[in-house]
This record gives sequence, C-alpha cells and structure tokens, in this order.
Amino acid sequence: MAKFDENAKPFTNKWLDERIGLNTLKRVLNTEYWIPKDINFLWAMGMILAATFGILLISGIFLLMYYKPDTNLAFDSVNYTIMSEVGYGWLWRHIHGVGASLVFLIIYIHMFTGIYYGSYKRGRELIWLSGMGLFVAFSAEAFSGYMLPWGQMSYWAGMVITNLFSGGSLEAYGLVEWIRGDYVPGDAYLTRFFMLHVLLIPLVIIGLIVLHFGTLRLPHVNNQEGADIDYEESAALYKAGKKKESKVIPFSPVFLSKDIFVMGVYFILFFYLVFYHFNFAMDPVNFDPADGLKTPAHIYPEWYFLWSYEILRPFSKDVGLIAFALSQLAFIFLPFIDRSPNVAPAHKRGLFQIWFWVLLIDMIVLTAMGKLPPTNETFAAIGWYSAVLFLFMGPALFVITIFEKKIEKGA
Amino acid sequence: MEKKRRDFMGMALGACAAVGGVGALYAAKRSWDPLPSVKAAGFTTIDLSAAKPNVLNVEKWRGKPIFVLKKTADMPEDKRDIIIGSDRFHISIGLCTHLGCIPAYKAGEHKFLCACHGGEFDASGNDVKAPAPSPLVIPPFKLDGMKIVLGEEGPEYKKMLADGIAVIA
Amino acid sequence: MRELKILAVVVFFSLLTYYLVEPYAHHQMHMKVDANGDEIHIESHGFTYDGAADIAEAERKGDEVLVSKKKAFWSKVVQISKIKGDVVVGEASFALCIGCHNGANFNMGGAIPPNLDHVGGIYDKNYLIALIKDPAMAGNVDHKYKNTIEHPMGRIQVMMTEDQQIADVVAYMIAKKAGEVSPKEAFNEACVRCHAMRYVNVTQLGDTPKFKHEKDELAYKIKVIEEQDAVKAYMGKLPQDLSMMIRARSEHFMETFVENPQSQLPGTSMPRVGLNQAGYDKVKAYLTEAGDPSKKAREKLGPWVIAFFVLFTILAFFWKKSMWRDLH
Repeated sequence: MAKFDENAKPFTNKWLDERIGLNTLKRVLNTEYWIPKDINFLWAMGMILAATFGILLISGIFLLMYYKPDTNLAFDSVNYTIMSEVGYGWLWRHIHGVGASLVFLIIYIHMFTGIYYGSYKRGRELIWLSGMGLFVAFSAEAFSGYMLPWGQMSYWAGMVITNLFSGGSLEAYGLVEWIRGDYVPGDAYLTRFFMLHVLLIPLVIIGLIVLHFGTLRLPHVNNQEGADIDYEESAALYKAGKKKESKVIPFSPVFLSKDIFVMGVYFILFFYLVFYHFNFAMDPVNFDPADGLKTPAHIYPEWYFLWSYEILRPFSKDVGLIAFALSQLAFIFLPFIDRSPNVAPAHKRGLFQIWFWVLLIDMIVLTAMGKLPPTNETFAAIGWYSAVLFLFMGPALFVITIFEKKIEKGA
Repeated sequence: MEKKRRDFMGMALGACAAVGGVGALYAAKRSWDPLPSVKAAGFTTIDLSAAKPNVLNVEKWRGKPIFVLKKTADMPEDKRDIIIGSDRFHISIGLCTHLGCIPAYKAGEHKFLCACHGGEFDASGNDVKAPAPSPLVIPPFKLDGMKIVLGEEGPEYKKMLADGIAVIA
Repeated sequence: MRELKILAVVVFFSLLTYYLVEPYAHHQMHMKVDANGDEIHIESHGFTYDGAADIAEAERKGDEVLVSKKKAFWSKVVQISKIKGDVVVGEASFALCIGCHNGANFNMGGAIPPNLDHVGGIYDKNYLIALIKDPAMAGNVDHKYKNTIEHPMGRIQVMMTEDQQIADVVAYMIAKKAGEVSPKEAFNEACVRCHAMRYVNVTQLGDTPKFKHEKDELAYKIKVIEEQDAVKAYMGKLPQDLSMMIRARSEHFMETFVENPQSQLPGTSMPRVGLNQAGYDKVKAYLTEAGDPSKKAREKLGPWVIAFFVLFTILAFFWKKSMWRDLH
C-alpha cells in the first residue's frame, strides 16, 4: 500500500506525486532525460514531425466537421462548403494540404540524418524499425487522404495504384475489386479510405509514435560523432553544476529550447507556403471533379512517392513490381544489411560516405524522373539507369560495410 | 551555486505562444459558426389566402413546425392574434413550451393538446392547462399583403415584442 | 558555423528537388512541340486579335491553302477596321442582331445567342468585325465546318455583306453597347451560354430561380438538361463547369486559352471568345469570386501570421541562448 500524506493538499505537487508519480515522470521524461550536447539542428526534426502531425490532426478535425464522404458530395463539400462557406475553412484546408506535403520533406530529412550518423545501428535498430513503420503509416495516411477531395487526380491515382495489386502476371483482378469494394474506384472505395484516413491509420500512427519514443529512451539519441557516452557520469557532472564539462544536457528545458527555436524557423516557412505558395501541395489537376470517363493528360503521385513510382515504371510489369517491393524492403532492413560495427558519421566511414551521397542523389533523380513524362526517351533512359542503380545500393552497402575498417574510439 | 533567475525570455516566449493560441482558438470558433447558407435559409414566406377557418396548417421555418390557424368568428379575439384585413390568424411555433413536443389541434374543442405530458393551449396559443408554463411562441414575422414572411421583424411584430406578447425564444 | 553549412546542404537539396519536380517537370509536361520537336512558345498577346496566331498554326500544319485563306481573311478585317463607322446607321443595322440575340433563352441550333448588352466594351474591335464577317474564322473553329456558313451564326455572312455595314454596326456597339460592366455581367455575356457555374447557381439557362415546390424545381432541372443536351450536340461534349476553373489551371494557361483555345487544346470545338483585356480581367475577377473567394482574406491574413512567427522565432532564439548560456 503506497504512503499518502494526510496533510498534502489536493492537486499540489506532493499530492500528484503520491498518486501518479509526477516527479518521477518529470525526471525520466524531462529534467533528467539526458541528451548529448554534441548535436545539431537536424536533431530537432523529430519534434518538428510531432508538431506537424499535431497540426494535421487539428486542421483535420475542422475539415472532418464539414467533409461529406460520398462521391456525389465530396468535391463540393471541400471546394465549396469548406473553402468558401466555413469560417477560416480555407485556412484549415491549406494548412492540411501543405502540412501533408511538408511532413514528408521532414521525414526524409529525418531519415537521411539517421542514415548519415548511423543512428540505426547497435542498440537503435528498433528505433529505426518503428520509424520505418511510421513512414509506411504516413504513406498510407497520405494516399488515403488524397482520395478524399475526389478530384481527377484522386480518382486516377486511386485507379492506378489499386491496379498494382493485380500482381502483374498473377492477374489477381478479384483482389483489386475486393480492395475497391467495386469494379472501379467509387462510393465504397471512398468511404473505406475515409475510415482508414480518419480513424484507423491515425490510431496506428499514434501507437507507433509511442513505440518510437519508447525504443529511443534507453539507447538515448545519437550524437554527431557517434560516440558512446557514459550517461551516469555526465549526468552526475551536470547535476553537480559542472555544466561545461558535462557531455549531456537535460531534455527540458535545454534541448527543448533549441527544438522550439528550430520549430519557429520551420513555421515561418510553413505558413509562407500555406498563404502564398501551395500549388506543389494542392495540384491544380485535382480541382477538376473526378470523371471516370476522362483520364488527365498526366497522372502522377505526390512528390514524396515519385522515387518509388519511378522504380516501378521503367521495367516490365512483373519485374517492376518485384523491384518496387525490394526497394521498400531495403530501407527497412538497413540495420541488418550494414555489417560494420562503426557507429560514426558518414564522413568518418570511408566508402560509406560516397554510398550515402550516391543514394541521396539517386533518390532525387528518381523523384524527378517519376514526374517527367516517360515518352521522352532521354528521361526514360535516365530513369531506367537510376532505378537499376538503386537496386544495387543494398548489395553495395553490404559489401562496403563488410570491408569497412573498424574505427578505434578514443577516450 | 545555482541562483534561480527569473526566466524572462521563457515568459516572453510563453506569452507570445499564448497570443498565437488565442488566434488559433478564434479561427476554430469561427469554423464552428453556422454557415451563411444556413443563416440565409432562415426566411420562409407563407401565403395565407387559401387558409380555411379552423383548419390547422403546419408549415416549416428554421427546421421547426409553424402553426397557422385561421380563426373562426366564434373564437374569442385575443391580443396575440395577427390581423390581416378582416381575418384573424393564430401563428406560432408549434412546440409545447414545456419540453418541446408538438401539440395536436383538436378542431372540435378549439384547443391544442400536448400528448407528452397533457399540457393544453387555446386557439390563441394561451397556455390553459399545466404543465404548459407559457403561451406558444410567436415567431418574428412581417406582413406583406396576404403573405407573411417568417424570420423578418415587421412593425406588428415589433409592437408585440414591446407589449410583451411576443418573446424571443 | 558547421550548422549553417549543414543547413545550406539541406536547403540546396530540397530546393533542387522542388525545382525538378515542380517548375521544370510542369514545363516539360505542358510544353507544345512542332513537327520537328522544337518547342512552340505560347504567349498571350494582350487580347488583341490580328490573326497572327491562326496563321502561324496553319503554317505549322503546312496547309498552304489554309494559310492564304487566313491571311486574306484577317487582312480584310484590318481593312474594315480602318473604315469610319456611322453610329446612327449602325443602330439600325443592330436590329438584325437582336433578331437572334433577343434574351428569350431560345437555343438556335448551337447555344443560346449571347446577350449583347456590353458587347462593345468587353470584346475587341477587330474580333467583332471578324465575327460578323465570318464567325467560324473569327473563333478559329473553321476546322469544324466544310463551309463556314454552317456555323450557327454563319448566315450573318449573307445578311451583312457590305464592309461599311460592318464598320457601322461595330461603331454603334462600341459607342452604345459598352459602359460599366460588373464581373458577373461580363461572365454571363461571354461564357454562360455554354458553361455552367454551379457554385453561383448558374446554368446554361442563366441564374437558377428559387422554387417553393419540388415539382417546379424538377421541371426547371429538365429544361436545363435539355439545353445542355443541345449544347453537347453542338460542341461534341458538354463544356466544363467553370466553378473551380481558376484554381484548376495556371494563369498562363487561362490567358492563352481564352485568347485562342486552339493553342492549348488543338482541335477543340471551343471558339475564341474575343474578349479584350478589360473584358478578360472582369471575367477573371468573377472566376476568382466563384472559385477562389478566400483569396483576399488569405492575402490579408498572411503577413500577420508570418510576422507572428518571426516574432516567435526571435523570442525563441533568445530563450534558447539563455538556456544554453553556461553550457559551452
């Protein structure tokens, strides 16, 4: 039976501590959650993602009040009711659209930061895996959300992507119809993606975020040198007042203060885009109502899916599907493909550094080619070579890291 | 030794964030407001020329039932009547002032009887039997020849408001 | 310092990706090329009409006969534009127009003839001359007809045959059928006979009235459908609803398209509208009212929100500095 002080007044610190361990929570999550000092602003990307997810959630709530998930009503509920009738409806819609695009920019920066500094290695594998789970969940959330305005791009992207599930030579057309709930994307299709977007996937995302934080707590975040930090020693130094000598800082308020500054800069960019420059996130093609009898001249996914889309495109149907699957899996299994024991930034890891920049540039080229019309022969060729290169990046990493020299860690 | 200094910058930042929060809450409140099309739909015009005495017509205004009853000669005059030419009408929101059920009109007895708890109103809308606490509410109206526009406040309605006959429901 | 370098790298790659995926890709997707694969630059020419674009299109097709026909037509138009028109005589001739353009909402084998209340103010002078000389050639839709007299307004060619007549009636229209025009009026006169706009309750029959009884509402709907079927038969398919058009196409597309639909959609049935710059600005304003009504609010609120976050960031910077003061 826990000890309860009769004199403790309700809702005071002591009273709450006795009942929910408030002080322990504060220490573990905030004031004694130690973060290495040797980090840069890229370490704030996680918080920015959490903030952006929160913004998407809140703007989504107001859109949800007026959106009608019915193929006859959806387009006008968004483009008439929300955009012109609802007080500040246009603001929530712009915030939601721009937010959905920017969240992926930050996700990619966050991912590549992890790859560069080796934050997926020894002890942090689960952080990486739960993070990849979040990437997949956010991708599903973005895809399902894009269906909802029921514009031309919503319909035809839905048509093309669900067609993928026919599995090439497997010809699983029954499966495609089952997924859609109909022969073509229609009312059943819209309402089930509405359910996914508004309830199921957000719940999954929230669960994965909790897991992501949970897997982060014990290994602690990485640092710019990949160094092993004796947290007990450094924590003791800090608490004794020797802040300069300590290698760590507390999450709250020190690390948080830097996080918030970086967030401020991010929000300036975010809202500039919301008010003045949003066509990259709200493609004009989707302002034409969905028409099952008229295909737009150019169908393309949102920019963050383009690299995957391009791996699919250059090959024949079956080869493309296999290549597509392999490319997604390669990222997921990164911690296990990398055979080197070195936890260090890329610039200290010899060939790995070259591998990193080749990967980044290859993905940017794939992204660009995914948008460009494949009828142009030059673009088609570049796309083919970039896709093949990407497929070799996994095996290349395996080989490079087997032969990587072990870095002797100094004191 | 650690001296606890006042965290002025932190407080300033907190205040700035609070201002932003208030702005966001204002936008949220405005999103919850009734839509302009809903507010604009709040006007209904009823043509009274075809009304028959002692026959209750139920119309609709702002989603609510509206009683339109042309009074017969033997029904007593009441200050709640709406007078158009030589005709007297009883026009009210058809919801019992007790708990909101719709009373039924008994043409033989010239009375409204509410089935939910037994309250009664006379043909002029006055409450005559408990638990009806007050008369049937007269909606804002404007007269236009043989037509009445509900939702607009005409001079007759304004006078009823001033005399306490009509109340804002 | 190192952090600024890292920021520069991140910004560089982000902007590079943006450039490739947006401006560059969209240019590649939408550019028009001729038979040699060279890019055709499509630019607006200020909503004046001299046939240069039509002639260039015919030249690209390599159709010599068509080229000389178009050259002859447009030089005739320019010729007529130099004739001094008599407004009073023109008014009498205008009665010919009112025969069809009478506001009775009667479909004359194509679309309902547009209202001419502000015709002299919103349309270009040369275009009006061209339209009366040969409506199909003026609209750059002559490719639809074996003989341009088959155009719904084609018979005007035999009704108004004298150059002076045309000059007179155009002078009348510019003098007396112009004046103050609201965006809605400009839109109604220039677009509504073919295009509906449901967000403002407009169909090819004009403004939709309010009905008390469902039966009347449905009866009107049937009339609208019948009119739409007639327009569909004339055009080949029903012209798109324009409610969201201002956001569904870029500014450049809208300008060049309205000036000369063939430039963006070769082979289309849509005739050149013939608006002058002022007329186009009014139509664009109305399209914005209907399809992007939050534009003003957005541009008003934007600076405040961004300024707020600039202030927030400055305060956050100083708070961060105070928290990190004794750490280095």
